[in-house]
Amino acid sequence: MGNVLVFIQHDQGKVQKGALVAATAAKQLASAWGASGVVGIALGTGAKAAATEAAAHGLSEVRFSEDQLFEKYRAEPYSRAVALAAREAGASAVVALASSSGKDFMPRVAVLMDAAQASDIVGVNSDGSLRRPMYAGNILAEVELAPGNRVVTVRGTAFPAAAKEGAVGEVSELSISGDPELHEQPRFGEILGYELSKAERPELADAEVVVSGGRALASAENFEKVIFPLADALRAAVGASRAAVDSGYAPNDWQVGQTGKVVAPNLYIAVGISGAIQHLAGMKDSKVIVAINKDPDAPIFEVADYGLVADLFQAAPELTQAVKSARG
Amino acid sequence: MKILVPVKRVPDWQIKLKLLPDGTGIQTDGIKWIINTFDEIAVEEAIRLKEKGIATEIVLVSIGPADVRQRLEYALAMGADSAVLVKHEGPSDSDLAARAIAEVFKRGSYSMILMGKQAIDSDSSQTAQLLAARLNLPQACFASKVEVDGTNAIVTREVDGGLEKLRVPLPCVVSTDLRLNEPRYAALPNLMKAKKKPFEELSLEALGVSPEVKVKVRALSTPAARKAGRKVGSVAELMSALQGEAKVL
Repeated sequence: MGNVLVFIQHDQGKVQKGALVAATAAKQLASAWGASGVVGIALGTGAKAAATEAAAHGLSEVRFSEDQLFEKYRAEPYSRAVALAAREAGASAVVALASSSGKDFMPRVAVLMDAAQASDIVGVNSDGSLRRPMYAGNILAEVELAPGNRVVTVRGTAFPAAAKEGAVGEVSELSISGDPELHEQPRFGEILGYELSKAERPELADAEVVVSGGRALASAENFEKVIFPLADALRAAVGASRAAVDSGYAPNDWQVGQTGKVVAPNLYIAVGISGAIQHLAGMKDSKVIVAINKDPDAPIFEVADYGLVADLFQAAPELTQAVKSARG
Repeated sequence: MKILVPVKRVPDWQIKLKLLPDGTGIQTDGIKWIINTFDEIAVEEAIRLKEKGIATEIVLVSIGPADVRQRLEYALAMGADSAVLVKHEGPSDSDLAARAIAEVFKRGSYSMILMGKQAIDSDSSQTAQLLAARLNLPQACFASKVEVDGTNAIVTREVDGGLEKLRVPLPCVVSTDLRLNEPRYAALPNLMKAKKKPFEELSLEALGVSPEVKVKVRALSTPAARKAGRKVGSVAELMSALQGEAKVL
């Protein structure tokens, strides 16, 4: 078997933690599948800097392209470029974080490479089989991929980030002329714009601490008044239950749960969240879970390490003050 | 404009799943089946596009055993026009589904494939993208808004950090996210009428699709449940537990 290629997701040249998580999974896969080594590919503005940073994390070679085709993420050119990089690097497996873009373009890479794909893996067995959640995390499956090329996306909370290593891999540019189909085509999508949430707080997906609010907040104003100060005192990311999002208290991309984001921070504080299965699927792997809810029978208490039965409108501000004074 | 809507039959998410004794699958005898939640949203969106005069015909396609017909009839009762069932027993994966649906797509002149972003049983989130790549079509996945403007679809996508607005030329593949719409219920009289709508049964063989799968499920297990901790009596007690015992502050 050849190399394993890992997709280096970055933000304007800064490697995202999730890319290093994918690199760890790629190394485990390389070892379980008897691959020769792990190489990388970075695309878009700042890709050269990202490739250079990633190369210090145990990758033998990292390719990059800052061609304008990759300036804004789009599934069609990204999948073609990743498949091209795999071909040129002699890679028979490609690994990426199961982020919104990783989920979006990786199946296209699988088709271009005629590969078998496993999505959202949480573990690699020594015999080369993979572990992945199914049925909203209620069931863990052990799956085997057919021989030949393979594509894998990785759950961001399931592996540690790859550490810096002494040796630094070679960094070189990928020439997109290697794929005649890879130039601006009328068949590619075109980005018309973005509506992005203001990034004043840590990213939900890789924050150390997450404070989430639920339906009991009862309004967007309360959500802001109660949850934001606690999150800011803890330097935490803000999450929300599906009920809170559906009621318009918080934006869609804050939703923690089966159909939203899966998080596993050191500390997860659920405020006014009853704990529907849907929500638990997104946070039950957190290290320490705290629940504040006035209903003593709320299912959230069944997974919480520390449960406080209290009115959130009193308890949450009190906790905010306590954290502030503890931190000086 | 003709829309192809692939739908998957899945166990109702509200039931407690039981594993087969040998761990190779879940017990399906007598369980309640539903249309995959995200596919139901796709059916609803196709019907809305038809009500707006944009879509002219909605064709459903599913792969599975003969009794999947009941679920397809439910979607027909919601308002789809006809259905194709590719009969198949035995293991299946996203790749097999995509290869079969691609052949059905080629048999009609469709302008769009509209389907759920993932199936709530296997949770793979691959089939829409596999189809798009296999048919060399542009894709717009995780849609929270779908508009059609002449020869393009304009789709608002849910991405990490917010929303993205993407224009893709037709024909294209669109996958639906949770908040695109709230599906209607099929009314009882429509359930009766749905049985008379065109329903075609096909086989993988007739489509020239091999039944092999690329992802083999070897064993299933139930993850260890997290143990409940303890109740604390006050914010002060919570703080001291977080600082002392748990050492997370």
